[in-house]
Amino acid sequence: MKSTCAQTMKKFLFLAFALPTAALASSAMHLDTAPINLNDQESLQRGAGVFVNYCLNCHSAGYMRYSRMTDIGLSEAQIKDNLLFATDKPGNLMTVAMRGKDAKEWFGAAPPDLSVITRSRGADWVYTYLRSFYRDDSRTTGWNNRVFDKVGMPHVLQELQGHLAPVYHAEQGEDGKTHQVLDHLQLVKPGKLTLAEYDALTADLVNYLAWVGEPAKGQRMTTGLLVVLFLSLFFVAAFYLKKEFWKDVH
Amino acid sequence: MEKVLNWIDARFPLTASYKAHLSEYFAPKNFNFWYYFGSLALLVLVIQIVTGIFLTMHYKPDAGMAFASVEYIMRDVPFGWLMRYAHSTGASAFFIVVYLHMFRGLLYGSYRQPRELIWLFGVLIYLVLMGEAFMGYLLPWGQMSYWGAQVIINLFAAVPFIGEDLSTLIRGDFVVGDATLNRFFALHVIALPLVLLGLIAAHLVALHEVGSNNPDGVEIKKLKDPETHQPLDGIPFHPYYTVKDILGVVVFLIVFSAIMFFAPEMGGYFLEANNFIPADPFKTPEHIAPVWYFTPYYAILRAVPPMFGSQFPGVALMGVAVLIFFALPWLDRSPVKSIRYRGPKFKIALGLFVVAFVGLGILGILPSTPLYTLIAQILSVVYFAFFFLMPWYTKNDTTKPVPERVTSK
Repeated sequence: MKSTCAQTMKKFLFLAFALPTAALASSAMHLDTAPINLNDQESLQRGAGVFVNYCLNCHSAGYMRYSRMTDIGLSEAQIKDNLLFATDKPGNLMTVAMRGKDAKEWFGAAPPDLSVITRSRGADWVYTYLRSFYRDDSRTTGWNNRVFDKVGMPHVLQELQGHLAPVYHAEQGEDGKTHQVLDHLQLVKPGKLTLAEYDALTADLVNYLAWVGEPAKGQRMTTGLLVVLFLSLFFVAAFYLKKEFWKDVH
Repeated sequence: MEKVLNWIDARFPLTASYKAHLSEYFAPKNFNFWYYFGSLALLVLVIQIVTGIFLTMHYKPDAGMAFASVEYIMRDVPFGWLMRYAHSTGASAFFIVVYLHMFRGLLYGSYRQPRELIWLFGVLIYLVLMGEAFMGYLLPWGQMSYWGAQVIINLFAAVPFIGEDLSTLIRGDFVVGDATLNRFFALHVIALPLVLLGLIAAHLVALHEVGSNNPDGVEIKKLKDPETHQPLDGIPFHPYYTVKDILGVVVFLIVFSAIMFFAPEMGGYFLEANNFIPADPFKTPEHIAPVWYFTPYYAILRAVPPMFGSQFPGVALMGVAVLIFFALPWLDRSPVKSIRYRGPKFKIALGLFVVAFVGLGILGILPSTPLYTLIAQILSVVYFAFFFLMPWYTKNDTTKPVPERVTSK
């Protein structure tokens, strides 16, 4: 016990000192800008539909309640009829039945909760990720991803986007040898949607995920405006109050 | 009304305290911009205590529930998001305000005789504040909370002989876990705040005993009105500085609100992106950096190469970098207090110190490269030179004569 403990300790010390050196090495891929608009309620509602139909089977949004979707213009009846599974109630958290242990066995890693995924990854990353799946027969799922190499998640939206295949080009590396570098992805089997339609659908989904990340953001902004406005008026009063008192100090 | 007041005064020094600390506490009339930050630090303290109390009502100090309870506060508790953002913004604001407050002390020699104890209490407050911030940062139980705590606690493991036992004692376990979270919660919400309040009381009592310094470094108590015995250059704290501080408070709150409402993450410096991922002991984040207010010291830590296979020299130097502030009143040998009457040597030294502190702060955020490490090493030398060479460059400096009375610049 003592020796493993010391080893752990050494490992952590190594992490403390050496890790920052190696940091920021892997996020080099260019990310597309996600066209997010949290005021576009129709987009948020469409995104909610995509989320419930395609994501919520494996991924939870376990810190979020279904009923919160009244904030994006849905009535409780609409939520109940269209977005709820039979046994759920609107006040329930958006959890999934799949057990983490099973998921780990099936995918290699438990699918992360998506409540705050856009706050940690950023909307641009999620938007690019969802549009970067490509066929890769070396993977057990048959899928790989440009933004998340060797990802455990299969391309759940393939029936909509279709199949993309990688196109490589040769590039001379620093060691003088030529490498095959992934250049871009090409549509090899069309899905139900055109690529433009698919982009719009993922934009809605990411918009929804961004909203889920911080549902109080709208309230935060409007409250903030009022507070700063009040403080600005207060500033004028405070300024003249100080001036009045200080006029006899020389 | 007067009867009630008399009744109280016979039993408790209400009127006497009001006079001693407000209406007849004479403060120099020439306070400038730099003198807002003391009262602002007190304001931030109140913000932290009030928002902290509301957060405690909903937060669960349990490794299995902590992260979810914070998200519960953010989503389901009415105005919970406001309490949380006010508290997280307040943590950074506390350090901004305290750093500026300490810098004011450096500018005008506020740590000099007879105010050494005020300064010592202040440095203690700063130390406790660092502990408070560090422990509070673990509570959301995100990835950065977890790994930041892991890294910092492991610094203690570098102490020779007792290091490993010491770090185990701090964690309450061999790795950061539920035991750590529970004890950090206890220390964060009750132990350290109690110490902090006591130290702040001592800081203020000592201040009101000797009276405030001012931008000229002139002792206003030396020249008093022969009849009223009031300092000629002093004005009652209330109403003059209360109305002036209200102005400062409003401006501060505008900036504070702008950050809290419109950019609470502050580009990842106040709330880090990685901290929106629940703590995972099996997945180390790529880049672990402490929150911005610790980065100058973190840069010093990383600038020191390991010696004799031990990281202790870096850890020790980081400790010295913080503790050296205690020695300041005795390192400064200048005949004058304020920078206004000091010579070029001190001005250059202070300028270089600011460059070193800010530079180290920036380097501590960045991942280290050989070039950055070299710069950090140079800046660390500058940082320590400011203190260790102070007895010489302050003594030999060409100072200007200090006026009898304060000036109204």
